Amino acid sequence: MKVHADFSALRRTKWYEYAIRFLFGGIVTAITGLIAKKFGPEVGGLFLAFPAIFPATATLIEKHEKQKKQRKGLNGTKRGRLAAGVDAAGAAMGAGGLLVFALIVWKLLPGRSGSMVWAAATPAWVVVAISIWAAQEKIRELQRKHAAAKSIPRLQLR
Amino acid sequence: MEILLRAVIGGVVVSAFALLGDVFQPKRFAGLFGAAPSVALASLGLAIASNGKLYAALEARSMAGGAIAFFVYAYCVCVVMMKYKPSAMLCSLAMIPIWCATAFGLWILWLR
Repeated sequence: MKVHADFSALRRTKWYEYAIRFLFGGIVTAITGLIAKKFGPEVGGLFLAFPAIFPATATLIEKHEKQKKQRKGLNGTKRGRLAAGVDAAGAAMGAGGLLVFALIVWKLLPGRSGSMVWAAATPAWVVVAISIWAAQEKIRELQRKHAAAKSIPRLQLR
Repeated sequence: MEILLRAVIGGVVVSAFALLGDVFQPKRFAGLFGAAPSVALASLGLAIASNGKLYAALEARSMAGGAIAFFVYAYCVCVVMMKYKPSAMLCSLAMIPIWCATAFGLWILWLR
């Protein structure tokens, strides 16, 4: 499946679902600041990579996929949960980009301007995350081809 | 006042990345935005402004540990969701202690 943008997904999201994510994001960012103030930047920094809105996003994905199936007269519970699992797989790959972002900021920030470091770290996150995803897709494609090639002789034998 | 500003900026940045995650297909690709440095983008700028670059760099160093913990957390959520298919809310919240254990384990072993 090719990567594409489906803007109709924005219409399926209710206003309160946006509000929940805004609230979660705001609360986690504020708490991260308070933790850093109380326990120092070494502890507070850990929370910069806290899965802040992951539970809310996974729940929404499950709900939307389930609703999609229910509109076709199917149950959709299993499908919704699998979709949330697939989203988690994507997040695990994105964590590689998050790690590179953190390492770049850590190493470059002391001697350079903040905006310059941002300009390097943010695209690095995008490039690394997408590269890990692309490599993983390639591996899955090769595995599919390998499995298909293995099944042909068996079919011929029958 | 600073906390309120932090909360508003954090809410906006996190929501923006969540929107990108909603829009993109397939879901495996959209999931990348679940690990966007949204809280970091909101927090580090404010940390530089109020405490200086060295302070923010120290936060980023610990963030690297947090990112490894995020990978472990998301991987565990993925495996459990795919294998046992529990509710997404239950699974993602029940796995938060895995993030905490990994992050603080790394902090004790590497970052302290």
